Amino acid sequence: MMRTNYGLFVLAAVLLALPLLLPNTYYFDIANRMAINAIIVLGLNLLIGFAGQISLGHAGFFGIGAYASAVLTTHFSWPPIAALCAGAAGAALLAAAIAPPIFRLRGHYLAMATLGLGIVISIVLKNEAGYTGGPDGMSVPAMSAFGWEIFGERQWYWLFAGILLFSVWACQNLIDSPFGRALRALHGSEVASQVVGVNVARYKVTIFVLSAFFASIMGSLTAHYVGFITPDSAEFSHSIELVTMVVVGGMASVFGSVVGAVLLTALPQALTTFEGRETVAFGAILMLSMIFLPKGLVPTLAAKFGGRR
Amino acid sequence: MFSQFLQFMFSGVTVGATYALAALGFTLIYNASNVINFAQGEFIMLGGMLTVFFLKTGLPMPVALALAVAIPAAVGVLVEKLAIEPAKGAEVVGLIIITIGASLVLRGVVQIWLGKGAAAFPAFSGDAPIAVGGAALAPQSLWVLGTTAVIVVALWLFFNRTLAGKAILATSFDPLAAQLVGINTQWVLLVSFALSAAIGAIGGILLTPITMTSYDVGIMLGLKGFVAAVVGGLGNGLGAVVGGLMVGIIEAMSAGYISSAYKDAVPFLLIFVVLFFLPRGLLGAKATERV
Amino acid sequence: MAVLEVSDLSKSFGGVLAVQNVSFSVEAGIVYSVIGPNGAGKTTLFNLITGIYRPNSGEIRLDGELVTGRAPHELARKGVARTFQNLQICMNMTAIENVMVGGHLSLDRNLIKGMLRFPSLRCADAVLRDRAAELMVYVGLHAYRDAEAGAMPYGALKRLEIARALAAQPRIIFLDEPAAGFNPTETVEIDGLVRKIADSGITVVLVEHDMKMVMNISDRILVLNYGKKLTEGAARDVRRDPAVIAAYLGKAA
Repeated sequence: MMRTNYGLFVLAAVLLALPLLLPNTYYFDIANRMAINAIIVLGLNLLIGFAGQISLGHAGFFGIGAYASAVLTTHFSWPPIAALCAGAAGAALLAAAIAPPIFRLRGHYLAMATLGLGIVISIVLKNEAGYTGGPDGMSVPAMSAFGWEIFGERQWYWLFAGILLFSVWACQNLIDSPFGRALRALHGSEVASQVVGVNVARYKVTIFVLSAFFASIMGSLTAHYVGFITPDSAEFSHSIELVTMVVVGGMASVFGSVVGAVLLTALPQALTTFEGRETVAFGAILMLSMIFLPKGLVPTLAAKFGGRR
Repeated sequence: MFSQFLQFMFSGVTVGATYALAALGFTLIYNASNVINFAQGEFIMLGGMLTVFFLKTGLPMPVALALAVAIPAAVGVLVEKLAIEPAKGAEVVGLIIITIGASLVLRGVVQIWLGKGAAAFPAFSGDAPIAVGGAALAPQSLWVLGTTAVIVVALWLFFNRTLAGKAILATSFDPLAAQLVGINTQWVLLVSFALSAAIGAIGGILLTPITMTSYDVGIMLGLKGFVAAVVGGLGNGLGAVVGGLMVGIIEAMSAGYISSAYKDAVPFLLIFVVLFFLPRGLLGAKATERV
Repeated sequence: MAVLEVSDLSKSFGGVLAVQNVSFSVEAGIVYSVIGPNGAGKTTLFNLITGIYRPNSGEIRLDGELVTGRAPHELARKGVARTFQNLQICMNMTAIENVMVGGHLSLDRNLIKGMLRFPSLRCADAVLRDRAAELMVYVGLHAYRDAEAGAMPYGALKRLEIARALAAQPRIIFLDEPAAGFNPTETVEIDGLVRKIADSGITVVLVEHDMKMVMNISDRILVLNYGKKLTEGAARDVRRDPAVIAAYLGKAA
C-alpha cells in the first residue's frame, strides 16, 4: 500500500525549521524534552495502543537506563555509549524476564503487576545510595562518543530530532508490517490471532521488551543531557505522565504519541504558578480529555476530517 | 524474641487493617462499576486531614469526626458524577487515567488549601501502651482493629441481610439484569462511591494518631490498598480484608526482620509472588472465556 | 489415513462433564458435520481439537501425528483453521487486514525487518494483500474490499471469518455455526460456499443447527448429546436413526 507519507515529511520540515524559530536555549530545552518524551511514548504506545496491553511502571525502565549511564560512567569510568548499551540491555533483559509471567495476567491484574515493577525499581534506585546517590540523585558526565562531546541544547536538539524522526518512521513501518498486523490483531481478538498462528504470549513479551528498550535508551540520553538524575525519574508519577501522553495524544496513533508528548511536556511549563495548582490543573486535564476525547486528540481530529490515523 | 515478633505483628495488623479498609473501598467500587478507583487513597487522606482541620477550627471531636467522614463521602459522590458517569464505556486504560486525574485534583486542592506539612491529633484513648506478651500495643491500634471489625461485619450484614445491599450485589453481578428487575443502578453506583469513600476516610482517621497525615499520604496507602485488593482477589470482599491484613503483616515482618529501607517495596513484590501462582488473587474468581 | 482422529476425548469444567469419551475420525476431503441439541458439547469439542481448551483425557491426531493439548498457534502451523460461533473479528482493523492476518504464517514476521521496511517484506505483503482480496471475492465480499471491519454487517463478518480461515491455506477447517443468524437465502449461499471449500480439497468439519443445510451438504455426521457420542455415520443413515430423532424432538408424548 503506497501512500505518500505526508505526516513524516511535515514532521521533518517542522524539526528542520524549529531551530530558526526558537529564540533561546530555554526553548531548545523544552523542545528537547518534548522529543525525549515523544520517543518514549512512541514505544509505549506500541504496547498500550496497538497491542492493547498496559504498563503503569514504564518509568522504571527509563530509570534503569538513566542510572546505568550515570553509575557506569561515574563510578566505573565506562564510555557513555557502552553504558547506554548496558542500560538498554539490562532493561531489555529485565523486561524479557518479567514479561512471560506478567502477561499471563489480564486487565487490572496486569496493570497492577506493571505498577509494582515500576515502584520496586524506583525504591531500589532510592535505596542503593552508595551507587545511586539516593533520593538526592547524582550528577552525570557529559555525553561523548568517539572522542566528540555533545554540548549544549542545540547540539542535543539535532540528536533528539534525528532519533525522533527515525523512531516515527520505524514505528509506522512496524505497524504496517506483518509483525505489526499480528500485534493489532492480538488487540482485536487474542483467540482469533492464536488460531491463525500468532504466538500471542511471545508477541506480548517482544513488544514489552521493545518499549522498555526505547525508554531505557532515552533514560540514558536524558541523564547525560541534563547532567543530573534523581530517582524521581523512575517514580510512579512519571509512569503516569507517560501513559497520559499516550492516551491524550491518541492510542494506536503514531502521530498521536508525538502530539501527546508535545502537549503534556508543554503543560507544566505553561502552568508555572506554584505546585498545587499545577497538580490540580494536570488532573483536571486528564479527566476532561479522557471524558470528552476518549480516543485521544489525533484520532478524534482525524475522524472529524475524514483521514486515517 | 517472641515479644519482638509480637511487636511486628501488632504494627502489621494495625496498618493491615487500614489497607483492608482501603481494599474494601476498591472492591466496593470495582463491583459496582468495574472501575479501579485510583482516587481511593485520597479519601483516606481526606479523613485524616479534615479531622485535623476541623479540630483546629475549634469544633468538638465528634463533630469533626462526623464531618471528616461525611465530606469524603460527598466527594466520592462528586467523583462518580463528574468523572465516572460521563465516561461510561471507556476502555480500562481510560478509566484508570480518569480516576488518577481525580486523585491529582483532590491532592492538589488539599495541598493548596492545607499546605504540605504533616499533622496529627491525639489518639482516641491516650498513648499509654498496653503491655502484651512483652510487646507494647498502642491503644489506638485497638481502635483501628475494633472499628475495622465493626465495619466489616456491618458491611457483611448490609450486603447479605438488607434489600439495599442485595441490590448492590445484584448490580455487581450483572448490571443489565439488575436494571431489568427494577434496581436503580445509578443509585447503586452513587452509594458505592459514597460508602467506599467513607470507609477509606474512617481508615485514614484511625491511622492518623499513629502515623501522622499529610497531603500526600494517600498515594502509598491507596496503592497498597490496591495491592491488597488484587492479592485477595479483585471484587471479593473477604479477599480484600484478608489481602489487607496479609500485606500489612508481611510488610511489618520484612521491615523488622529483613530491611526497613525496602519496606515499601514489599507489598509490590508480594503482588508478583501471589499473581504468579494465583493469577486472579487468593480468592478471585476463575473465569473461562467462552469462544 | 484419516486427517483427524479423535480418541476417547473428555473435558469437564468443575462438575460439568462437557465432553465424555468422544471418538471419531474424519477422512480427508469430506464434509463432516457435528450436530446435537444446545449444550451437547459441540463447541467445546471444537475448542478442544483446535487447542483452546486442554482435554482432561483422550487423544487427538492430525494425519497420524499426536497433537493433543497443543496450543492453537502451533496447530495453525499444522494446517488447522477455524471460525467462531461468537464472532472473533478484529474490529480495530480493516476487513482486508483481518483476512491478511489469516495468512500470518506465510510471511516473514521479523521485527527488525519490519521496522526498517525491507523491500522483501513489502513485496510479500503486497502479494498477500492481493490474495486476501481474491479470498474476499471468493466468499462473496467483493463489496467490502475497502471497508472497516467495524462497519460491516453481521452476515458479512461471518463470511470474513471464513475468508480469514482460508487465508491460512489450511488442510482442515472447522466452521462453528457458519449459518447462525442467517435467513434461508443466506443459508443457501453459505451452503454453496462450504461446498466450494470442500471441493477445493480442504476437509471441512462443521457445527450447524440448520438441519436442511446439514443433510444437504454432509458426507458424514456425528451426533452429540449431553457431551456423549450418540451416533455417527453417513448422513442418510443418521437422519433416520430413532435415537437421534428422539434426542432432537423428544420422545413421542
